[in-house]
Amino acid sequence: MTSTVKTNTAHLDYLLRIADSSLILGQRLSEWCGHGPVLEEDIALANTALDLIGQARLLLTHVGRLEDHGRDEDALAFLRAEHAYRNVSMVELPNEDFARTVLRNYLFTSFQLPLWQALQTSADQELAAIAGKSLKETRYHQQHAADWTVRLGDGTDESHARMQRALDYLWPYTAEFFSPTPEDEAVVAAQIGAAWSTLQGAWESQVMPALAAATLQVPQRSPFLSRGKEGVHTEHMGHLLTEMQYLQRTYPGGTW
Amino acid sequence: MTVERAWDVLSHVPDPEIPVISVTELGIVRDVRVCNDAIEVVVTPTYSGCPATEVIARSIEQALHEAGAPVVRIEQRLSPAWTTDWITVEAKQKLNAYGIAPPHAAQLESLPPRFPVEPAERPIVFTPRAIACPRCASLDTERLSQFGATACKALYRCRACREPFEYFKPL
Repeated sequence: MTSTVKTNTAHLDYLLRIADSSLILGQRLSEWCGHGPVLEEDIALANTALDLIGQARLLLTHVGRLEDHGRDEDALAFLRAEHAYRNVSMVELPNEDFARTVLRNYLFTSFQLPLWQALQTSADQELAAIAGKSLKETRYHQQHAADWTVRLGDGTDESHARMQRALDYLWPYTAEFFSPTPEDEAVVAAQIGAAWSTLQGAWESQVMPALAAATLQVPQRSPFLSRGKEGVHTEHMGHLLTEMQYLQRTYPGGTW
Repeated sequence: MTVERAWDVLSHVPDPEIPVISVTELGIVRDVRVCNDAIEVVVTPTYSGCPATEVIARSIEQALHEAGAPVVRIEQRLSPAWTTDWITVEAKQKLNAYGIAPPHAAQLESLPPRFPVEPAERPIVFTPRAIACPRCASLDTERLSQFGATACKALYRCRACREPFEYFKPL
């Protein structure tokens, strides 16, 4: 499908933020494959990872066509340098344990929901189509993560302690979801997307009741602000990319 | 090849994961056009991450080639997004006979989660309606996992006949 909008760097940057966040979370969740606590969860996490990578493929293919530099989805996924990735920092953090994994899924998919909803009316018709499709999948991902968040948070002493530790660790990274950027203003003006700062209310209306039901203490907001959206990543990103890009870096152009 | 003949060929192309139903019954073939020598087939993916998408495209090409179409073009269309409501009534019956509980109407599934959930008995907040066991038709069933062997299915167990089964999730 050809896009009806003229592109610019803000538009591409905005698309990469969404694409890379799906891609990198998909990569992280793939690490669980064969290591899930029970078979059903192994399968659930792998299925979620597949959907996320599928979303990233559609978006990266779209970016490749718009920028028109001859890069396809694979070139964008596997051959960029660390600072060129625009994912929010939270998705690149190590899985640590099942508690952090499902809580991160909950915090992030609860953000994707209002984002996809808003993007369904984008002037970028391809983005609108991808958003409409992804929204349905994200509902299942979020429900799955919500079930576990409540079950483990309001569970045993051990599961509660692990969930609280995960929340304390992850919470500061949620601020980045809503931090304003110049690209947001540009895409709003072009009716391509929503400013992420405007999604905070919808996100909180999902997240806060679930955390309360999970009997978890929501930490105070701090001045900490991660900057993955700007390409400034945590120390974990390089390690993740080393593994993710290994094959294409070692055997350039390799297919199978 | 006529458009009618092409649709007929496609109606015999099975879904690779659920071979009892065809790609047309699944509702993923959105349009078929004849353009000079070429047959153009518009397909829509089920889930973004469904690994069967590429296999389906190849099966469609192969079936049409074997039926005598020299040139086949596959076009992917994302919008409107595929919904399980496009699965035909006959196909839903075939799913049930195959041991997969067919999906309920998808529109009802777009409701937001309900919190707080009732403790202990109902940690699972999803799929509020009872799913009938495809073997014994009992409504006394419980969900084991929201994701089954493929993203499109959930795992269930029947408390009456004690058999596990899959439920095709509404999307």
